[in-house]
Amino acid sequence: MKIPFAGAIDCDLHPAVPDVAALMPYLDPFWREHLAERYIDQSPFTLASYAPQLPHAVRHDWRPQKGVPGADLDALRRHALDAFGTRLAIANVLHGAVALFNADMAAALCTAVNKWLAREWLDREPRLRASILVPPQDVDLAVAEIERCASDRRFVQVLLLVMGDRPLGHRTYWPIYRAAEKHGLTIGVHAGSTFRHAPTGSGWPSYHLEDSVLQATAFEDTLVSFLAEGVFQKFPGTKLVLMESGFSWLPTLLWRTNRSWRGVRTEVPWIDRPPADIVRDHVRFTLQPLDVPDADVLNRIMDHVRSDELILFSTDYPHWQFDGDDVLPEGLSDAMLRKILIDNPLATYPRLGAAAVADRTRAAMREELPP
Amino acid sequence: MNKPVTEQQVKTAQKLGFVDCDIHPVQRSPKDLYAYLEQRWREHIENFGGHLCQGLAGQLPFPRMMASGMRADAYPSNGGPPGCDLELMQRQHLDLNGCATGMMICLSRGGMEERNLEFGAALAHAVNDWQIHDWVEKDRRLKAGVVVPQEYPEFAAREIDARAAENAAFRQVIISPRSIEPLGRRKYWPIYEAAARNNLVLGLHPAGNPNGHPSSGTGWGTYYMQEHYTFGTSMIGNVVSLISEGVFERFPGLKVAMIESGFSWAPSLGWRMDKQWQRMRKETPHLKRPPSEYLREHFWFCTQPMEEPENPADIHDVLDWIGWDRLMFSSDYPHWDYDDPDVALNFKMTEEQRSAIMRDNATALYRLS
Repeated sequence: MKIPFAGAIDCDLHPAVPDVAALMPYLDPFWREHLAERYIDQSPFTLASYAPQLPHAVRHDWRPQKGVPGADLDALRRHALDAFGTRLAIANVLHGAVALFNADMAAALCTAVNKWLAREWLDREPRLRASILVPPQDVDLAVAEIERCASDRRFVQVLLLVMGDRPLGHRTYWPIYRAAEKHGLTIGVHAGSTFRHAPTGSGWPSYHLEDSVLQATAFEDTLVSFLAEGVFQKFPGTKLVLMESGFSWLPTLLWRTNRSWRGVRTEVPWIDRPPADIVRDHVRFTLQPLDVPDADVLNRIMDHVRSDELILFSTDYPHWQFDGDDVLPEGLSDAMLRKILIDNPLATYPRLGAAAVADRTRAAMREELPP
Repeated sequence: MNKPVTEQQVKTAQKLGFVDCDIHPVQRSPKDLYAYLEQRWREHIENFGGHLCQGLAGQLPFPRMMASGMRADAYPSNGGPPGCDLELMQRQHLDLNGCATGMMICLSRGGMEERNLEFGAALAHAVNDWQIHDWVEKDRRLKAGVVVPQEYPEFAAREIDARAAENAAFRQVIISPRSIEPLGRRKYWPIYEAAARNNLVLGLHPAGNPNGHPSSGTGWGTYYMQEHYTFGTSMIGNVVSLISEGVFERFPGLKVAMIESGFSWAPSLGWRMDKQWQRMRKETPHLKRPPSEYLREHFWFCTQPMEEPENPADIHDVLDWIGWDRLMFSSDYPHWDYDDPDVALNFKMTEEQRSAIMRDNATALYRLS
């Protein structure tokens, strides 16, 4: 269905870097020369999970005449921000730097992407907020990039791909979570793989269809990793947002981890209460792509997870998840829609909540002023 | 937690004469197989031993909980591991609970994960002999599964044909879901062809020994809690593969039993597959129907470890979605997370529904009556 009221907060859309040339002004002379010399500046840096020819990579009526989908700010305004009456939107740039093996090159490119995003998108469009792209190849460099960006309050989240070198709860990554907690940034884990490992425990499937369907299992294993490693106990301020994960698998995860925890808790003694309660306190899920077939199932799943605070509105622009303006599922109450579209996002991202309070204060002050 | 089960009243499960779809017999030692192995392979065991894709010899890389992953009271007093003593299994489980039929799943020493293919074939052949002579012939309630190394499909197909012709106690084919390629890939089709032509179910049970791939697309976990969760997620990878590759278009009679892999994930998987397939169906023109229909038609599921929603009644939604004719009771005896047939299904249901899960669904799938 259409969005019934204005002011939604879109928690996942995707501006794209058109090419490496666009990043050149934001790279230092060494990397400019180095990338040019090796012709790396001519590489697309497209993640295989989102290769532009794939059917879900771009909605047909959002596909640009030429160039990379998502690279045009005016198109994003028209298709996503204006079309859905969006008040704030979180930009997640899915850039191939994170799949390189050379961590220094990856870090230089991530920094360039973040600088490019701040200058060419956030400066020009006040409705946009952004995630910090970090090089997961080297946690020290990732933390340095978080520290560099953190003073810009328009960055609200740290962006990681769900399939990388190791399950993301591993303590290797804890400095990232420590920095995120310190600065009031959420941890945003997005679908996609660097294909360091086969997508299944039994090796490499044949079809793109399988890779897409199996993203959800990677989110499950990632969430179990965060739980088992005790990330939420070590960094109690952590908010984890799973993006393009779907959520119809969540009841299974809550039930299975609650049960297995009773048997394995001596192995993971830091899990001090049922895992389902921890998930409900710390983990959120973006709406699109919706993985339920109808309103009846959706409402049953909502009952199974026993919370109306878990889902965050997203369009996933320009990926193809729905047609026309049919961005919301049927069958949700107005109260639930308001939570998904506005309240849950504000409660999830500390930096959005703070901005909203500031907005309200300014509005109140304006109203108090004499005409 | 580890109190022995000794004397109890006749249980309600006993009245039903239930079918247990997951029982694990094991050899007291490799020597139990010597009678069924050529001299060459007996010497191979003594001089080389198994060759697996893992860093530890003689133990699992994710150590299990509780007494090596076993019921502590299931260790026989005369030595050997739990599951090696038929008399104890009868006393503790088959007789005590009134089990009418037990499907044996032989995990270790079946050669499924063995890197040396000929050795794996010899082990599988020996374990299949051993199941009949040491178990089925001593207790007719027990049914066997033809264990075959999936990475050696030519041998596997021959072994399946031979066993199906030899003894009707073989009711299914057991391969490791920790295969080197996803199970739908062409390489494995001779196994499915043989299973289908002999009217045998394909039984998939999580395997402890890895295959060289991490258990998850996210990489290796740290804790057994994570490894345990992948029993479901890694199985989903194989379900998606079997369906996407068109195995069920090619072998429409093939039926798959998912053992110890959960079942509440199946509806969500069906919805997700259908949605993605709508977008991408030109990639898999060999699929004639929405993927969820193959899932609904060709897969059966076992209960243990029983899914326990926070609100027990929610399990009804799951069973309505997957079908009350698709879930089969399993105990996992003698493993540590064994489910007692009397208490495992702790939600309200009709007698007919209980009979279906405890007995009738398995009876129909495995043609037991």
